[in-house]
Amino acid sequence: MSDRAAPTGKISIVKDGIRAAWPICLGYIPIGLAFGVLAQKAGLSALAVGLMSSLVFAGSAQFIAVAMLGTGAGIAAIVATTFTVNLRHLLMSSALSVFLRGLRKRWLTLFAYGVTDESFALNLVRFREGGWDWQRALTVNHVTNAVWVMSTVAGALGGALIPAHAFGIDYALMGMFLCLLVYQLRGRIYVLTAAIAGVSAVAISLSVPGNSYIVAASVIAATAGLLIRRRWPRVAREKGAS
Amino acid sequence: MITQDYLLLCLGMGLVTYVPRWAPLVALSQRSLPRWLEEWLDLIPAAILSALILPALLTAGEPRQLSPWNSDLLVAGPVFLFALRTRSLGGTVVLGMALYWLAGQVIG
Repeated sequence: MSDRAAPTGKISIVKDGIRAAWPICLGYIPIGLAFGVLAQKAGLSALAVGLMSSLVFAGSAQFIAVAMLGTGAGIAAIVATTFTVNLRHLLMSSALSVFLRGLRKRWLTLFAYGVTDESFALNLVRFREGGWDWQRALTVNHVTNAVWVMSTVAGALGGALIPAHAFGIDYALMGMFLCLLVYQLRGRIYVLTAAIAGVSAVAISLSVPGNSYIVAASVIAATAGLLIRRRWPRVAREKGAS
Repeated sequence: MITQDYLLLCLGMGLVTYVPRWAPLVALSQRSLPRWLEEWLDLIPAAILSALILPALLTAGEPRQLSPWNSDLLVAGPVFLFALRTRSLGGTVVLGMALYWLAGQVIG
């Protein structure tokens, strides 16, 4: 890990945050528009869409909620489903906490609001590379949140007018995730862990409905990786693994 | 119009989403963790990313089924290699979009 000091100053913090966040924003726009269109078809107003996006800020859970509203599901059922769908953030916040040691509670409270699959993956990589701090990470969280809220509202207002699937934009987030995964493969043990996670995720996703496979596979793989690292330190010890 | 029920729904969804995001940050960042836990958390990002990516590329439908012949996966190969080679996030995103667009034009 390099210990480049990040330049201070509000402008450079915000600039760095925005510069880092653009792939996420690019990916959120088509998904947000699609969500807005869908929600509007299900009878939600633009205001209602904006309210949900700002209070929840979780793409897949919001899609599921709108689908469930359409089938006449009750509040309790939708909230319970949201909880299970979003439980994976528990793992992400745990991993991020290592880099936010000693930070004031009120900042953590503000930070937690913006922990998504995307901001987690991006910020974690940046923290590890160095030259990154909680303020820049917080900027990423909130810039991406703003883009999410605005695109969902725009979708509800007139998303049907915007051509879907333009310029391969649907692939933006997958491209980002693939590159962030590459950054994580810093040694043999990480490759092994990722392989175990991928295979178990596919296997579990085929047999269990819902998205519990993300948490289950990650826990299985990290535990297996830890055991391997302990049991056979020589297998694990290759560049990067300390 | 926002009904009271809808407001309640959003507040409920927001709360159950926020708490799992918040609790570990507050609980874990204020103390030093045992070594095994730190090592375990160190492996979590690689695991989560892989668990997010592979099912999205290899499965489809409801209920999910294995469907490895799709443009998502076809594009992922060269994009992954490009990322390995260049380690450029921006370049990878743009290449992914371009290839995906191209695949849509060719395969239809």
